[in-house]
Amino acid sequence: MRRVAWILVVLLAALPARAQTVDPADPLGSVMWTTVRDAVFPGAAMVFDDHVQVFSPPVVEDTMNVPVSVLVNGLPDVEEIVLLVDHNPIFKALAFFPVQAAPAFETVIKVQEATPIRAAARTSDGVWHVGGLRVDAAGGGCTVASVAASGGDWDRLNEVSGTAWRRPDGGQRLRFQVVHPMDTGLVDGIPPFFIERLSVATPEGQELARLELFEPVSENPVFTIDLRGHAGSVVIGGADTDANQIAARIGMASTLFGLLEASR
Amino acid sequence: MRALLSLVFLVWTATAAHAADLSYALTPRLIAPGTYIVEGRREHFSRDNGGNIVNTAFIVTAAGVVIIDTGPSALYGRELRAAIGQVTPLPVVKVVNTHHHPDHFLGNQAFADIGVAASATTAGIIARDGQSLTENLYRLNGDWMRGTEPQAPTGRLEGGVEEIGGHRLRWLLLAGHTAADVALFDQTTGVLFTADLVFKDRAPTTPDADIAAWLAALDVLEALPFRILVPGHGNEATDAAPIAQTRAWLGWLDSTLGAAAAQGLSRTEAMQLPIPADFSALALARDEFQRSVVHLYPTLEAGALQRVVGPK
Repeated sequence: MRRVAWILVVLLAALPARAQTVDPADPLGSVMWTTVRDAVFPGAAMVFDDHVQVFSPPVVEDTMNVPVSVLVNGLPDVEEIVLLVDHNPIFKALAFFPVQAAPAFETVIKVQEATPIRAAARTSDGVWHVGGLRVDAAGGGCTVASVAASGGDWDRLNEVSGTAWRRPDGGQRLRFQVVHPMDTGLVDGIPPFFIERLSVATPEGQELARLELFEPVSENPVFTIDLRGHAGSVVIGGADTDANQIAARIGMASTLFGLLEASR
Repeated sequence: MRALLSLVFLVWTATAAHAADLSYALTPRLIAPGTYIVEGRREHFSRDNGGNIVNTAFIVTAAGVVIIDTGPSALYGRELRAAIGQVTPLPVVKVVNTHHHPDHFLGNQAFADIGVAASATTAGIIARDGQSLTENLYRLNGDWMRGTEPQAPTGRLEGGVEEIGGHRLRWLLLAGHTAADVALFDQTTGVLFTADLVFKDRAPTTPDADIAAWLAALDVLEALPFRILVPGHGNEATDAAPIAQTRAWLGWLDSTLGAAAAQGLSRTEAMQLPIPADFSALALARDEFQRSVVHLYPTLEAGALQRVVGPK
């Protein structure tokens, strides 16, 4: 009986210790946030900021394919946007450097369980502005998520499919997919193997946008980016962790982007 | 310390008592001679509804009872069998799982002595994925699932007409909602059990859907001379309106997402598209639309992205 009481005391004592790690300013009240922050942005100036918006379906059914978009609205000079997953074994999913693109993107990531998903946008003054939302995982009820990449289409490794659409503002909507297993190394017997960097440039070599990718990005990922002030064809470049090269050219946008905007 | 332990004991007994109280209070409703529907709520799985979001049904024939789907948990299966026992002393002679979604087969344990039949495809998927599907429902429904284990159907259901106790039962092996969907047309009473090929006033779910096959299946169902239609979710109808409603939703889904992909919308942008007011009667329309984008958009957008090669 005394042992039971001791277990209770230990359990009760553990509660406030856990609560202390929550940043009181964190709108998502995540127990992991301070750990994520200190691991990814040690010593950096950070603020929670509603100008940084993250969108994802609130209930995740297929944890291996979670579409996430980030939109930074009304912050000047965004130089980098980092996508973070609090409850993943690997916190950082990607870093997006807009260069000449809008401070917004969409991609597809893997999540381990119900978790906050955040975006941290660095403005030119060095401050990170953090926004995010919480998603609930395995919520569909009728779906079975696989744990490993679907087997790999090695003949098509690093093959790119992509299309550009003209935007009314003179820029273009770019969507492209790269064939890659994006193995995390967390599945027994499968070493980490993923795309490390991607770039979008003009055919003359001027960089328009850049991405650094990490393990949580999904297999055969799809990226959506809006380029500003460049309507011509673009070159996608990059490499994976085995130094396999990615190189593709996406032709000039012909059709107009815009069902959603037209309907609003 | 004794007081503390008493408190713990009190909390524990209160919780246990709550668990013992769980009941779906299933009430079979007579809709045609010998034909009963056990109607579920038009909701998502939850700890509140325990997964009772699905319709099961049974036919009391002269030779015994035929059951269409067994519900979301072992508890549901036991309560369904008990409820049937209140209606008739006749034995259960045939139990069918219409497809592999867990709200339709996880009551199978209650019928282990009789055996459950399904199409070969459905039985295979349940045998392969049953454990994962069950774990999902434990997470969503909580304590209601206690003791539930997946039990794959062992009997093979063949298409065609079968006579049981004076009922001419026509089994239709269709597909579209999943890789294999069984519908049953009771030619004797005119009742058509569509399972999840038809939803009524609740947005259809699409995690395993093939829209073209599903639309074709709806045409097959609509051509049958039925008098009463029992959908997989939502109450029964005396006309083909639920078929038309399901067809309209699927058609809108397919054309809207196809157009969105062709015009460059991202997945999360597509999820925020407006839903026409015509669908205001459908429960969970926005939720299911968002889920459907996840299910269907990858294939549609792949069609909109052109394969490109290196710079030349």
